[in-house]
Amino acid sequence: MAKPKVGYTRRALLGSGAAALAASALPAPMLWAQDTKDITLRQFGTGVSNLNEVAQKVKEDLGFTLEMTALDSDSVTQRAATQPDSFDIADIEYWICKKVWPTGNLQAMDTSKIKNYDKIVGIFRDGKLTPTSEIAQGTAPHTVGFVDGPGSTTFATEETGWMTLIPTIYNADTLGIRPDLIGRPIKNWSELLNPEFKGKASILDISSIGIMDMAMVVESMGEHKYADKGNMTRDEIDLTIGIFTEAKKNGQFRAFWKSFDESVNLMASGEVVIQSMWSPAITAVKSRGIPCVYQPLEEGYRSWGGGIGLSKSLSGMELDAAYDYINWYLDGWVGGFLMRQGYYSAVPETSKNFMTADEWGYWFEGKPATGDITNPFGDVLASAGDTRDGGSFYDRMGAVACWNAVMDENQYMVRKWNEFIAA
Amino acid sequence: MTRTLVGWLQAAPLALILLCFLAAPIVMIVIVSFWGATEYSIYPAFQFDNYEFLFGSEVVWRVFGATFRYAAITWALTLVIGFAVAYFLAFHVRSTTWQIALFLLCTIPFWTSNIIRMISWIPFLGRNGIANKTLIDWGLIDAPLEWLLYSDFSVILAFVHLYTLFMVVPIFNTMMRIDKSLIEAAYDGGASGLQTLWHVIIPLTKPGIMIGTIFVVTLVMGDFITVRFMSGSQRANVGRLISNDIGLLQYPSAAATAVVLLCTVLIMIAILLRFVNIRKEL
Repeated sequence: MAKPKVGYTRRALLGSGAAALAASALPAPMLWAQDTKDITLRQFGTGVSNLNEVAQKVKEDLGFTLEMTALDSDSVTQRAATQPDSFDIADIEYWICKKVWPTGNLQAMDTSKIKNYDKIVGIFRDGKLTPTSEIAQGTAPHTVGFVDGPGSTTFATEETGWMTLIPTIYNADTLGIRPDLIGRPIKNWSELLNPEFKGKASILDISSIGIMDMAMVVESMGEHKYADKGNMTRDEIDLTIGIFTEAKKNGQFRAFWKSFDESVNLMASGEVVIQSMWSPAITAVKSRGIPCVYQPLEEGYRSWGGGIGLSKSLSGMELDAAYDYINWYLDGWVGGFLMRQGYYSAVPETSKNFMTADEWGYWFEGKPATGDITNPFGDVLASAGDTRDGGSFYDRMGAVACWNAVMDENQYMVRKWNEFIAA
Repeated sequence: MTRTLVGWLQAAPLALILLCFLAAPIVMIVIVSFWGATEYSIYPAFQFDNYEFLFGSEVVWRVFGATFRYAAITWALTLVIGFAVAYFLAFHVRSTTWQIALFLLCTIPFWTSNIIRMISWIPFLGRNGIANKTLIDWGLIDAPLEWLLYSDFSVILAFVHLYTLFMVVPIFNTMMRIDKSLIEAAYDGGASGLQTLWHVIIPLTKPGIMIGTIFVVTLVMGDFITVRFMSGSQRANVGRLISNDIGLLQYPSAAATAVVLLCTVLIMIAILLRFVNIRKEL
């Protein structure tokens, strides 16, 4: 199968010196650069991890070209489900995997070829962060992380050696607040609908994520206890959206946001003091010198995770290159790059090698920073003495209450959501 | 070659273009509006589900109501402002050079994108924006006015700002064609300024008003982005209903809404055209 795409040319042989260097720097199973340099892998995904820096580094370290396309979650889902030949690597979230896997457009990955498989965080393997952790509601990654073998379109309940997605990036989300404009501690999700913040609250207008934030609020208000927030019944959907429609009509919300930038502007301009938010948005507000806190709440976090899946049509050289890419991804450089922006990597211990002790302490261990903490783009995010909102990795990921999910009643929910937005 | 054949050939290019790029897409939309959708795909069918949901939902009715309201208020405001501007340009500015210069001045804002002109209102109207700060500094208000931004007010303000020129241009164009001797005759006959306006100028300007009306009404009825940004997604019109459906991959439902909107707008224009014969103008 592994047939070289091109013959050996003089120019390619000249390039092999560089490849040898890269090969010795990275002990991952390497292909000869003569062949790989002509390989192009097409990756698409949801912007978060589709970063040009990653593609550049891939070219440097592995030699092949990675073409990246960033789309919104809905388009990503549609493309993965309907155009399997338009991509080689799908960088998708686990809840999208639940929708897309049954179409058979992705191929299962042999974990024996994944060098750092054993070091992947438990959340993505048996579902438990530590042996004693409880598994959160929603589409928990491990529930859609494995299949019985190549070609299987149904998910397995335990680790089988065949993975659907290789986890790459994940985080725990909560509400963002402006502590200077609120002036008192915020401890619960229910505060989002507190009349005190009438006209100063916001929620995101992306149905699959927004509904989970809503469920966290409704449960926190004591209105309803869900059997599974990630899989509501029609009645529960009606109840949840009903409560928010009522609040909307009473003028609770200043605006809804759909894109990252909108959430940053709403918060930075003071139009909104409490809203659903993503962690890099908090960073963006802070970097303008405006106080903004990613407030840990008693009910816990709403978490999300993304991973890389391989297209069914990948084979031969390209497939080998894709495995190289995955091994490289888990090898630490990307992990460090992402963790210095506030995300988590699937194999934190390899990322540690690419972070300073202070960065590791601040981002992962929840320790006070000893100096300025900068992100990979050079912006200062925290200075000496600051600690991360929510604390250490185990504090944050250990307090996850639910995962982003796709429900059985998804279409009904979407229609109701559309009505909520239009109401 | 016969004359008829030449005639057909001459008409063919435009007919073909209209057929391919106007008629065919609309037919396609009508067809898809009867299809069904799953979460990530659409499948051919002939079912009335989409229309049933559309007419059965109270929210949809209210959204159509809101769309008409936006169109009506915007129409009234752009008409008054547009007519006043055109009247000033046509009858008060005497030299043609100045008329052209002032007319061009009106179009300057159109050199930037529509979206930018709209979004630039947001920092101005915001809670801590220039408008509120100034009013507080002047002592006119104690607390920021919340309704300035993310409200019906800001939506209509943006519409009026964006679309007034579409009223000015056709009205100005018709006014320039009015024979000045008719106005002199009115004055000679003893009509006051108001009487001249009401009995001479307005009737003669009707075709221009009608063209402007069609522009403004269709633009406002079909808009979704202005409503989305200026209301912070708090208000909805039919365009937003369609764009939400598309975002959620519910194309058949979006197509059904589009068909209903298209029919509504066509009926409105048909009614408008009963009142005035705009062919005189073309």
